[in-house]
Amino acid sequence: MSADASLNVSGPAPVLSLRNISKTFGGVKALDKVDFEVLPGEVHCLAGENGSGKSTLIKIITGVYQPEPGAEIIYDGRTYTQMSPVIAQAEGIQVIWQDLALFPEMTVAENIAFQSVLGRRPRLVSYSKMRKIALEALSRLGVEMDVDKPLRDFPIAQRQIVAIARALTGEAKLVFMDEPTASLTQSETDYLLDIVRMLSDAGVAVVFVSHRLAEVLEISHRLTVLRDGKLEGVYPTTDLTQSRITELMTGKSFDNVVRATPKPDVKPVIELRNLSRAGEFSDISFTVGQGETVGITGLLGAGRTELAETLFGMRKPSSGEIVLDGASVKFSNNREAIDAGVAYLSEDRLSLGLLQPQSIADNLVIASLDGIRDGVFLSERRKNEVVSEWCRDLGVKIGLPEDAISTLSGGNQQKVAIAKWLATNPKLLILDAPTVGVDVGARKGIFDIVAKLAESGLAIILISDEVPEVYFNADRVLHMVNGRAAGWFSPNECTLQEIEAAVYA
Amino acid sequence: MSTAIKRLRSFVGPEMTGPLAALVAVLVIFSIASPRFLSSATFGSVAFQLPELGLLCLAMLLPVLTGGLNLAVTFTANISGLTLAWTMFYFGGADAGPEAFALGCVLALAVGALSGLIIGVVVAYTKAHPILVSLSMMIFVRGLGEFLTRGGDISGFPDFVQPLGHGSIIGIPIPLLVLCAGVAVWHIVLQKTKLGFNTYMIGSNIEAVRYSGINTRRVVMLVYTLSGAMCAVAGIIMLSRFNSVRVGHGESYLLITVLACFLGGVNPFGGFGKVLPVFVALIVLQLLSSGLNLIGANQHLATAVWGILLLGVMVLRWVATHFTFLSHKK
Repeated sequence: MSADASLNVSGPAPVLSLRNISKTFGGVKALDKVDFEVLPGEVHCLAGENGSGKSTLIKIITGVYQPEPGAEIIYDGRTYTQMSPVIAQAEGIQVIWQDLALFPEMTVAENIAFQSVLGRRPRLVSYSKMRKIALEALSRLGVEMDVDKPLRDFPIAQRQIVAIARALTGEAKLVFMDEPTASLTQSETDYLLDIVRMLSDAGVAVVFVSHRLAEVLEISHRLTVLRDGKLEGVYPTTDLTQSRITELMTGKSFDNVVRATPKPDVKPVIELRNLSRAGEFSDISFTVGQGETVGITGLLGAGRTELAETLFGMRKPSSGEIVLDGASVKFSNNREAIDAGVAYLSEDRLSLGLLQPQSIADNLVIASLDGIRDGVFLSERRKNEVVSEWCRDLGVKIGLPEDAISTLSGGNQQKVAIAKWLATNPKLLILDAPTVGVDVGARKGIFDIVAKLAESGLAIILISDEVPEVYFNADRVLHMVNGRAAGWFSPNECTLQEIEAAVYA
Repeated sequence: MSTAIKRLRSFVGPEMTGPLAALVAVLVIFSIASPRFLSSATFGSVAFQLPELGLLCLAMLLPVLTGGLNLAVTFTANISGLTLAWTMFYFGGADAGPEAFALGCVLALAVGALSGLIIGVVVAYTKAHPILVSLSMMIFVRGLGEFLTRGGDISGFPDFVQPLGHGSIIGIPIPLLVLCAGVAVWHIVLQKTKLGFNTYMIGSNIEAVRYSGINTRRVVMLVYTLSGAMCAVAGIIMLSRFNSVRVGHGESYLLITVLACFLGGVNPFGGFGKVLPVFVALIVLQLLSSGLNLIGANQHLATAVWGILLLGVMVLRWVATHFTFLSHKK
């Protein structure tokens, strides 16, 4: 609140202003007397870790939740004690949720126009009218799309655009975007940010929620930071840096240091010799030694995940050789790779990495069932031992081992996923985008674990499209472009900007 | 009241609460409605009627846990029964010896398992929906069976087959013993073995299981093969109960097996559910129809009551989750 002093008092009246918003769930204060203000045409970032109250705040503004008495919502000059979804929509408040809430089987036109057509009389659907609405909304964004094609034919970035276009069919004055770039590549992100700028120029206020701080700094004018349900402060972004935002969000200071250390004469664990797979990657050669961390970065579609899955035995190389511990290996499935000591943490934790409805314990032991076997039967006792051991070693905070894994935060889920692979006793651990959907504060915890594992002699391949992650945490960095090795970097001998310049060139 | 329910829950496991509550309700209601309900006659008839449905239900359970379904259970049981019947005829019909019966049982199990395996292979490799695959198998097995039997009954078995369907050991009907053995085996497989573990996991997300280094195709094939083998056990029991085999015997049980699984707390989308609650749910269904029979209700009405019960269970379950939701938030 004190940091709010710099707010331009003589400027335009805020389009939205919240006073004294509190909300309690089951005795836990999700929001505690929070104030929040958005100016017309402003791009405003709402920052905070998971559980800091961001979603609750958005849900109060859009009328999904009601604030506790004493709250005041002033929107477009009118005062409300609470919102309702109907009023919010009618008055031009739109939200683009993280999961987009779109219908993949329906056409682009139907997805964009259904909100403005549904519930109106006459209760007949006019497809030509829907097309018209859709084309109009898209043209406002300067986008051309085949509106008759089903949405599932489009990549996620395009779907994002569809969600925005739908938000614009109502006369939107205020648009909330919840993690809009979480699953986008850099170029797609740039495209999306351009659209956000365009909306802002057209006078639409945009509230942007993102974990990617670089983007936050690039796009937003001001930043509101929430921490543990309380307002930390409001800041103009010109005064901020990424590490400062992290500090504000977590209340702790993080110093990013390059962890790379020269490791001469390490015993090689895995060696790739001219490894190629038709249409995906070609001629990749490198060695990862004991205790070494090799980073791989590059844009989405550079062939990183395909390479990783080939090492993991889930795809077969079309030429070249994989040498593991001095012997050439040809895996016919991933079980053989696991038994040989290769572990692969999937980039898609939600649908490939963990079984969300199943228990923490079962998720942790699923890849190493033989380790908890007693003769032909699985031993419940051994399972519980293994689980409590790993949770202690990796510092995973869990309730009961029988709780569904989905009850854990992203960071703790990822730690369980790492434990799942460590339980297979690997020599090589491939981490594919290990911080996706993990809080900034918890990311450090993940990389601390990775560093400890490397120290204990594990060979690690760290794949990430966030260049700083590989820069700070890998000994060497491979930059891949279109399935080829475009270059190697040593974080000790180059700057972050040099790698970023190469990647985003 | 709510603490009592909670204590009961923690004692018997959350899955068991619903079926046990239903069991108590049925027992109380019918013993009030009819003084003859709580008698050995009622339980005798339940004990003899339960096994056929129960065994088929076990055959249905495994595929349901993987998120699939085996609609061919009843006709697989029929064709397995036919296999046994023909084997005994080959060795002299009513004069066939116990060895012929034993061989017939082995062949019946093999035929049942093969039927399941075919479904499993197609499901695992083509990723076609189990409903369609098993439906096709059901039609195939049914057509084949009707063609081979010309739609008639096959009967005339040796006398020693009879006790298997009607006899008792220390007062417990042999079919019930077979069912209990089946329940025990299924319980152990599901709770104690890798196969069981993977069955549940596949029901939640087969791709994530594959990424964990588990041969999901093998698990799916095994699950359907076991399902088919259990159908064969049901087919053998049915043969000895009716002393005949006809394609179409037990056909009406098909959908009841699915519903009994759900009544027993099995998640219709797979991944969750245990054998024992399903077993209790089966007893409830059977007591219900015996009880209705006893108070003079029409047999068809009993079927209707089953339907209403299952609808009621779904509503109750929704109410229950709604209430826990409220108590968490407040």
